[in-house]
Amino acid sequence: MKMFGLPFWSDRKVEELIGNLLRTGVFLSALVVFTGGAVYLARHGTEPADYRIFRAEPVELRALHGILREAFSLQGRGIIQLGLLLLIATPVTRVALSIIGFTAERDRMYVGFASIVLVVLLYSLFGSS
Amino acid sequence: MTVWEFTVLVWIGSAIAGFLGSLTGLGGGVVLVPLLTLFFKVDIRYAIGASLVSVIATSSGAAAAYVKEGISNIRIGMFLEVATTLGAVLGAFLAARVPTAAIAIIFGAVLLYSAYSSARTRVKLTSDDVPDPLATRLRLNGRFPTPEGIRRYYVRRVPAGFSLMFGAGALSGLLGIGSGAVKVLAMDQAMRIPFKVSTTTSNFMIGVTAAASAGVYLRRGYINPGLSMPVMLGVLAGSLAGTRILLQAETKWLRLVFSLIILLLGAQMIYNGVAGKI
Repeated sequence: MKMFGLPFWSDRKVEELIGNLLRTGVFLSALVVFTGGAVYLARHGTEPADYRIFRAEPVELRALHGILREAFSLQGRGIIQLGLLLLIATPVTRVALSIIGFTAERDRMYVGFASIVLVVLLYSLFGSS
Repeated sequence: MTVWEFTVLVWIGSAIAGFLGSLTGLGGGVVLVPLLTLFFKVDIRYAIGASLVSVIATSSGAAAAYVKEGISNIRIGMFLEVATTLGAVLGAFLAARVPTAAIAIIFGAVLLYSAYSSARTRVKLTSDDVPDPLATRLRLNGRFPTPEGIRRYYVRRVPAGFSLMFGAGALSGLLGIGSGAVKVLAMDQAMRIPFKVSTTTSNFMIGVTAAASAGVYLRRGYINPGLSMPVMLGVLAGSLAGTRILLQAETKWLRLVFSLIILLLGAQMIYNGVAGKI
């Protein structure tokens, strides 16, 4: 198992992979947010803007399922929200990737730490409110 | 103001915040929330949600560069992220319970502290070369490249640093900022990690910390797409431009000017909080 042993999954290799992942994730989400923004502005650009009073966002823009449905029916706000979700997912994926890296290094302690962080992140995204 | 005008103005404001934030190393988040609440009259909960999102974007963008250079310490980052993410979830839950006026006052206090910590001259801390048993057990000691060759360092006072990081995470979740100032305090002052390693590792951690509270904010409906769109795109563009000229620019006077702006915004936030305007 040389391929998945230390020489392949060296610290540097994982770090490089993580660097690329972060860059791609940010770029992709910015692109999606921009696209959604263009749709949103084209449709609602001339309406008055008012964020003085807080009304929580509608339920369909709060969770994965609703956001996906809104985005695929080409609602500007839904597409923006999908881009933001991609952005939030980027560091989450980074932590998941670190778990693979630490596992390959047989570093049980750090597999443990990274797993705790991943569980906290997933709880924050999907847990009960 | 129409949505178009609002979007363009917020984009410009966010780009300037991101630019100054990355030039001075203080992050765009600290000026973003005051900018949105004080000048654009946005409700502080929307402002915090939008700021959190932009913090993830800039941190991930910058971290990508540092990780490749091999300066940031991934183990220190992962270990301390246990503290910051737990703190961030707590902070995000507190944000729904604490009145907005109190959030504004706490925000102001953090701004005053950031201004103070960035303006004062940094005392060069010496760390002796005796490894700390706990840090060694946790494999936190590391090395990083300097112009004079590879330098080794030993981490100390792990429990103090871990606790401070929990606090930094809670502040980040409550206020929607990266709380870089508190993170550097924990790593640089308490754990005696070399400054360059502290700042880059802290940057690396900020994205994960912010993601932990962003999830809670999203589910609670605090993340508004119409506002977050120009904020995120603006801060990202500004901070990318900032990192490009970071190497050439003389940042000493810039830091001073930025500290002054933060000081004034901090005072204004506290005043508005006390006066019940937020």
